[in-house]
Amino acid sequence: MTNEISRRPFVKSLLDARPSGLAVVAGLGSPCWDVAAAGDHKHNMYIWGAMGGAAMIGYGLAQAQKERRVLVITGDGEMLMGMGAFSTIAWKPTPNLAILVLDNSRFGETGAQFTHTSGPTDLAAIAEASGIKSVRSVSTLEEVDGLKSFLFNEPGPVVAVAKIKYEKLKFVLPSSSGSYLKDRFRTALMGVGKATLP
Amino acid sequence: MEDNVWQKETFSALRRQGIDLVCHVPDAGHAKVIEMCEADNEVDCITCTSEEEGIHLLSGAWLGGRKGAMLLQSSGVGNIINALAMPNTCRIPILIIVTMRGEYGEFNPWQVPMGQGTPACLEAMGVRLYRAEEPGQVASAVENMARLAYDSQQLCAVLLSQELLGAKDFRELAK
Repeated sequence: MTNEISRRPFVKSLLDARPSGLAVVAGLGSPCWDVAAAGDHKHNMYIWGAMGGAAMIGYGLAQAQKERRVLVITGDGEMLMGMGAFSTIAWKPTPNLAILVLDNSRFGETGAQFTHTSGPTDLAAIAEASGIKSVRSVSTLEEVDGLKSFLFNEPGPVVAVAKIKYEKLKFVLPSSSGSYLKDRFRTALMGVGKATLP
Repeated sequence: MEDNVWQKETFSALRRQGIDLVCHVPDAGHAKVIEMCEADNEVDCITCTSEEEGIHLLSGAWLGGRKGAMLLQSSGVGNIINALAMPNTCRIPILIIVTMRGEYGEFNPWQVPMGQGTPACLEAMGVRLYRAEEPGQVASAVENMARLAYDSQQLCAVLLSQELLGAKDFRELAK
């Protein structure tokens, strides 16, 4: 089946429906630009580097903010690099964590080389076999709507793999200052006092 | 004489500093502290499949206001180098405790390159180091490097020397 999901409108429709308090961790490359394009938010943390880490960064955040829903939005390239995270998260699960993998089977930032998911590798199956109990794989627009309640409400950890179109899109850049992004994010969560003089 | 004195004091030092999230890729030198973390209901003790997961975990935890520490072996330092880019550029505090291999009395030559390269690799990524050579130094080193990390937003490592930990005798293990 041809993948018909277009990443920008998909991520925008998801984040337009974000529950108040939702924290979003955007993985490096296109997921950062998608999340920025949907509209900046003080509860967004954009990860411009540390490839492979988005799921574990979200997991650490979920461990720290147990009452808050945490949504990681990342790509197949990053998730392939950090697959062990599925095992680590499944073993000590956090019910407030959701991971969305935007899987276009390409390394989009580096020349659109094919990733392993263009071949035999299935990230949803890997998540499941790693012990993640709630896993969904979607590739059609009809399935996309149901993802909102899955990602925002279903007891986690949940993993959704969305097979999306490969598209060459303009970058939409959020701030690249790690210290600004971190302080803004922490201030939004815990107030300036605790955020800057712990 | 009481057993596991420096390990007990180290665990207490971590808890005094408000650290209640401990992750690790295990090493024999960390075994007792890992057991103490697992036995404490107020500590989340997370086993990672690879060391970079631990740095990402601590980075995310600090975004949410929680203090953690990672226990790893010097060979695992090689796995965390790029993961340190995030805490470095974001000024996120990190505390790691590294059991050293590949030095004093090492039997396994494969441990030597990463063990000997550990201080330079960490320093290149902006990590502040303190090397403990004596059991009596460990707990205060951990406590004060935790302060440097969390009070002054630094990346900090306590290295536990192989002389302090004792080298494995592989010939004995093969008997």
